[in-house]
Amino acid sequence: MHFGLNEDQTMLQDSVGRYLEGASELALVRGFVDGEPALAGDLQTGLMDLGVPLVLIPAEHGGLGMGVLEAALIQEALGRNVSPSPFTAAYGMAVVALRACKSDEWLGRIASGEVVMGVGATEAIGAREGAGLTLSGDKVSGRASFVMGAEAATHFLLTTGEQLLIVERGGAGIEEVALTTIDKTRHVVNLDLDGASAHLLAGNNHVEAQNKMIDAGRVLLAADTLGAASMMLEKAVAYSKEREQFNRPIGSFQAVKHMCAEMAAKLEPCRSLVWYAAYAQDNVPEEAALTSRLAKSHVSEVGKFVARTSTEVHGGMGFTDLLGLHYWFKRIGANRQLLGGPQAVRDEAAQLQGFVG
Amino acid sequence: MDLNLTQEYVDFRAEVASFLQAHKDVAPNRNDRSVRSEKRLAWQQILLAHGYAARTHPKEYGGYGAEQDALKSRIIAEEFSRAKMPGGMSGQGINMLVPTLLELGTQEQKDAYIKPTLDGTMVWCQGYSEPGAGSDLAAVKTSAVVDGDDFIINGQKIWTSTAQYADMMFCLVRTEPDAKKHQGISYILLDMKTPGIEVRPLMTMTGHAEFNEVFFTDVRVPTHSMVGNRGEGWMVANATLTHERGMLGDPDAALSRLNAIADIMKQEQLHGTSLMDNDVYRDRLMQLQGEAYAMKMNGMRLTTLSSQKKSSGMAGLLVKLQGCELNHQMAELAIDVMGEYGMLYEKSPFIRDRGMWQTHYMFDLGLIIGGGSAQIQKNIISERGLGMPREPKPAKPAAQATN
Repeated sequence: MHFGLNEDQTMLQDSVGRYLEGASELALVRGFVDGEPALAGDLQTGLMDLGVPLVLIPAEHGGLGMGVLEAALIQEALGRNVSPSPFTAAYGMAVVALRACKSDEWLGRIASGEVVMGVGATEAIGAREGAGLTLSGDKVSGRASFVMGAEAATHFLLTTGEQLLIVERGGAGIEEVALTTIDKTRHVVNLDLDGASAHLLAGNNHVEAQNKMIDAGRVLLAADTLGAASMMLEKAVAYSKEREQFNRPIGSFQAVKHMCAEMAAKLEPCRSLVWYAAYAQDNVPEEAALTSRLAKSHVSEVGKFVARTSTEVHGGMGFTDLLGLHYWFKRIGANRQLLGGPQAVRDEAAQLQGFVG
Repeated sequence: MDLNLTQEYVDFRAEVASFLQAHKDVAPNRNDRSVRSEKRLAWQQILLAHGYAARTHPKEYGGYGAEQDALKSRIIAEEFSRAKMPGGMSGQGINMLVPTLLELGTQEQKDAYIKPTLDGTMVWCQGYSEPGAGSDLAAVKTSAVVDGDDFIINGQKIWTSTAQYADMMFCLVRTEPDAKKHQGISYILLDMKTPGIEVRPLMTMTGHAEFNEVFFTDVRVPTHSMVGNRGEGWMVANATLTHERGMLGDPDAALSRLNAIADIMKQEQLHGTSLMDNDVYRDRLMQLQGEAYAMKMNGMRLTTLSSQKKSSGMAGLLVKLQGCELNHQMAELAIDVMGEYGMLYEKSPFIRDRGMWQTHYMFDLGLIIGGGSAQIQKNIISERGLGMPREPKPAKPAAQATN
C-alpha cells in the first residue's frame, strides 16, 4: 500500500506547474480577463504540447490513458495559477462520459484537437427556473444553464438527465448567452435550444456515464480549489513576513500566525482527501460517488475559509485590485457554486448512505 | 497511489484476524481501564508474545523485535478495532518513557525499567507541568539540590494523570538554578513510594479526578536516577513530547465515533420523526463526515510517510489540533441531537449512553488544552511548518530604562 503520489505523478504535476507559473503569470491572466483572448489560445497550445488534453483519453485513441488522479493533479496546478482553461469540462468531464459510453469517434476527435467539448450538467444535479432539456427524435429543446468550458468549445456535451447528447456550437436552433460570473478566468454560458440537432451517444448506460462525469467533475473542482487555496495560503505567509507594522513583520504577531496556522491545518488534509477521491474514481468504485461528494463539499468549505482568511492577512492590500489576490478568491468562490453547492452535495452524500428516510 | 495490499499484508491481516478469533475468550473488556487487573496483565503477556504489543521494541527488553512497519501497525489497530478487542496497554510509561530510555537511557536504566513497563507491571506517571509551568514548560521550578549522592526535591507538579496508581514517575526538575531557563533542567526517575511525596486528586469539570497534584517535600532521590546529564533534561523531555504528539488523534477513531452518532440520529426521534430525517442535524453530521474522511486520508498519508521514513511535515503537525477539535465537535453534535436528554449525566434516570457524550465533550476540551494547547499547536504549525517568525521576546525592564 502506498498513499501518496508516485514519481510519474509528481513529475507530471511539477512539469505542468512549472509551465503554468510562467505561461499563466498574473499579468497575462489580467490581460485575458480584460478582453485579450490570446492567453487562452497560447495556454491551449502549450498544454497540448505537454499532452495535458490527452490525460484521460485511452491510449488506443491517441491519449495517455491516465486516471482521474492525474487529471486532478493537472487541475490543481491550473487552480494554483488561476489559469484560463476549459480543462475541467473539455478534458476531464467530457472524456469521462465519452469513455463510459465508449464513444470512440468522439474520443479520437478530442485527441486530435479537432473537437473541444463544453459540458452542461447543471440540470442533472439541480434544475432552477424550469431549466432542462427534452429530446424529440434527434432534436433537443430547452435550456442548459451554467455550461462549463465555453472558452474554446466547438461542441457541447449535454444531458436530459437520462440521455447524453452532443450539439455543435453555433448550430441552428441554439442561442448562446454568455454569463458574467465573479470568476472571469473561465467562461460559462447558458444555451437555449429550440429543436437543435443532437448527436445521441451510443450505449444505454447514459445515467451511469453522466453520474461518473459529474463525480469526476466535482473531484476536479475540489482539486482546482485545493490549488487556488494553497497559493492563497503561501501568498499570505509570504506577505506576512514582508509587511511590517509596529516595527516588526506582521507574521510575528500571534494573531496573524494563528490565522495562517488555521488555514494550513484545515487545508493540508484536503490534499489527501482529493488524492483519495480522485484515485477512487478509477480504482475504488464503491467509494467513488461518496468521496467525490465529500471532497467537493469539504474542500469548498475549507477553500472559502482560506480565501477570506488569506485576504484578511493581506489587510487593505488584499482588498485592492493591485495584488490581484481576488482572482484566486473568486476562482474558489465559483468552484463552490459549480456542480452543486456544499449543502446540496452533502445531501446527496447522505442519500447515498441511506441516511435520508 | 496504490491502496491495494500486497500478498504479504493480506496474509498478515488474516493472521491477526485469526489470532483475535482464537483469543476471544481470554481478552478483557476493551473498556476495562483498571490498573493491575490480572486479566489485563495476562492479556498483555499474550499480546507481547505474538508481537501485537511492543512490536518493534528490542527483544532483550521484552519487546517483539520486529522491524518498524507502519502498515502492519495500522493493520493490527484496524483488526483489533473491528473485533472490538483491546490492543496492547498504553500509557505514559509505554508511550513516552520507554522510547526515551531506548534513545537516551543508561544500560542500567534500560535493564531495570523497560521490561516491567512493557509488561504492565510497572506503571509510570509524568511529572512535567507545574502550576507556573504549563505552555511555558521550561519554567519548571521544582528544585533538586545535590546532597551527597542524592538530590533533595521540593516543589509541586500538576496534571499528573495516573499518579494515584503509579509506581514510578519521570519528571523535570531544576537542578541548575543559575543556568538559563532551558539549560537548568534535569530529567529524573523516581519511586512514588519515596517519603515526602503526597498525591492529591484533582477534580475536574467532568466530576471525576482524571488528574492529580503531586507535592514534594524533601524527597531524596539518588543522583544516578537521571536520564541524560545534569542540565540536559529539556532535550530529553523533548524527545518524549514528540512521541506524545504522535500518540493523540487516531483518524479511524474519528470515523467510528461519527458512525456511532449516525446510529443515535437514526434512533432519536423528534415529533415521531428520526433526527436523521431532520435536514439541519443531518447536514451537521455530513460536514463532520467530510472532515473525518479528510483526517482519515491524512492519517493514511502519514502511515506511508512513516513507512518510507520520510518527514511527516505539515500533515503530521496538524494532527493534534485538528483531531481534538473534530472529536469535540462530534461530541457536541451527539449532545445536540439528544435535546434535553443530552444534558442528563451521572446516574440519572432515562440517561442515554451512560452520559458519555457530555463526558467526551468536556474531556475533549481538556485534550484541546492539554498536551500542548491549541494555541501552542498553532505556534508550532506556523513557525515550524510555515516558517513564520517567532514572537519577539519583550524587552527587559533594564533595557527599557536605557532607552
